[in-house]
Amino acid sequence: MTTRTLAPAQSKSASFGAAGAVFIGRSLRHSLRNTEALMMAILLPIMLMLLFTYVFGGALDPSGHYVNYVVPGIILLCAGFGSSSTAVDVATDMTNGIIDRFRTMPIASMNVITGHVTASLARNLLATAIVIGVGLLVGFEPSADFLEWLGAAGMITLFILTFTWLFAAIGLVAGTPAAASGYGFALLFLPYLSSAFVQTDTMPTWLQWIAENQPITPVIETIRGLLTGTPIGNQAWLAVGWCLLLLIIAIVWGSWSFRRKAGRR
Amino acid sequence: MIPAIEIRGLRKAFGKQTVLSGIDLNVPAGTIFALLGPNGAGKTTLIHILSTLVAPDAGSVRIAGHDLVGGKDGVKRSISLTGQFAAVDEVLTGEENLRMMGRLSGLSASEAKARAEELLRRFDLTDAARKRVKTYSGGMRRRLDLAVSLVVRKPILFLDEPTTGMDTHSRRALWDMILGLAEEGVTVFLTTQYLEEADQLADRIAVIAGGKIVAQGTAKELKARIGEDVLELRDERDEVFREIPTGGSVGEIKRLLDDLVRSVPEGARLNLRRPSMDDVFVALTATPKEESVS
Repeated sequence: MTTRTLAPAQSKSASFGAAGAVFIGRSLRHSLRNTEALMMAILLPIMLMLLFTYVFGGALDPSGHYVNYVVPGIILLCAGFGSSSTAVDVATDMTNGIIDRFRTMPIASMNVITGHVTASLARNLLATAIVIGVGLLVGFEPSADFLEWLGAAGMITLFILTFTWLFAAIGLVAGTPAAASGYGFALLFLPYLSSAFVQTDTMPTWLQWIAENQPITPVIETIRGLLTGTPIGNQAWLAVGWCLLLLIIAIVWGSWSFRRKAGRR
Repeated sequence: MIPAIEIRGLRKAFGKQTVLSGIDLNVPAGTIFALLGPNGAGKTTLIHILSTLVAPDAGSVRIAGHDLVGGKDGVKRSISLTGQFAAVDEVLTGEENLRMMGRLSGLSASEAKARAEELLRRFDLTDAARKRVKTYSGGMRRRLDLAVSLVVRKPILFLDEPTTGMDTHSRRALWDMILGLAEEGVTVFLTTQYLEEADQLADRIAVIAGGKIVAQGTAKELKARIGEDVLELRDERDEVFREIPTGGSVGEIKRLLDDLVRSVPEGARLNLRRPSMDDVFVALTATPKEESVS
């Protein structure tokens, strides 16, 4: 062994922003190396677009314009699937010794979670771009002007952020990665019980009530209205309100659970 | 001089289960301190409290002069923890792990890179630097884990059962490293189940059992507590069947042998040896059985 010191003295620590950037970089690396999740983020949108346009489309809307109806639904469905892996990522971190190391460093350790959230946002915006790209190839004809596109992008981003945080909170609360994956399944069902794939007035009355009063429907109607010019009414406000409410609940619930679980694995 | 770690009347219970019932310890700066005890004695809980992961129920703790409750940030700046399970990111490579920790500790990108290379060399991981940790063996993981703890030097290093699951060669290498750190002035607080480890490394040892410190002192002092020499009796197959602590004086041993001649079987042989840490351990932890915690 050499006589050099084993470790140089160091008393400073990474700033909040620097630590945040490190954790985002870490989670993006994780995303790129998790081949299954990445393939799903890319292939799922393509397959769902083709499935709903060519297999179900003809039956659901014989006029051939179903693709115009279904694009917002598929964006949300993909975002739901794409963000669900956040629950597993977070739960895996929380059950590994590495979280103890982060917690005992003089940094904001909650940044581990925001790193995963940011990576999920990036993955799902990519998936959204693919949905729209494939949609355009198979006959999607958006009527949106620049501002409407911007509004739709904002709505989609807010929705992904909300869903990802909900999954992150599930990952924090769940005891194991497998449990996190199981609990998350319930959320993935929501888009089917909305106006994503069929109009709600085709459903039985009781189901109609559920579909019209759950958060996915206003988000779908808002995106659809912005992209294809259908009436939006008060749906945009409802959508933003729902998302912000759920986002705050998820962040508060997740942060509480993060602190509570210190030292327990 | 401020002690590196000062613990007074520390208590912790999880629900109804008392894990630590009144711990008092002093660890002088720059020394190696070993907390020795069986599984479930409260070793890991104590490490978790000292490293800010778990809040104590009662008592006061000062780490490098910072109060554990009021000065958490100061404590975090002064410590580094290597837990019982390798705390490394399996998806990243060894090099990426070290660079990430360097960046989180406030090093610049180039400083972190240089530091990572140096540590990989020192811990014999250069060949595996660009492989994902997922593919590492247990020993490699442990070495990386310790390397990560040393990315920047903190005055106090906590090691929770650092050599559990290591082969003899890696264990020796790690011991050398720990001794080297202490020479440089780092205070090392480690837990172990291995008496030999405490004996070889530690300036002071505390024995914990059932959430209480049942003895503390240097290895020599602890051994002295159970007498000077141990009389070992072996049967025909050369297996030890009885160990008797003695004061070591000729008179006492003669009296002992006079008694033994009548009770031991024909052909028994005797051997007089210095007490081992095992003797100390058995003698000290056997008594307070009723309060053992899981």
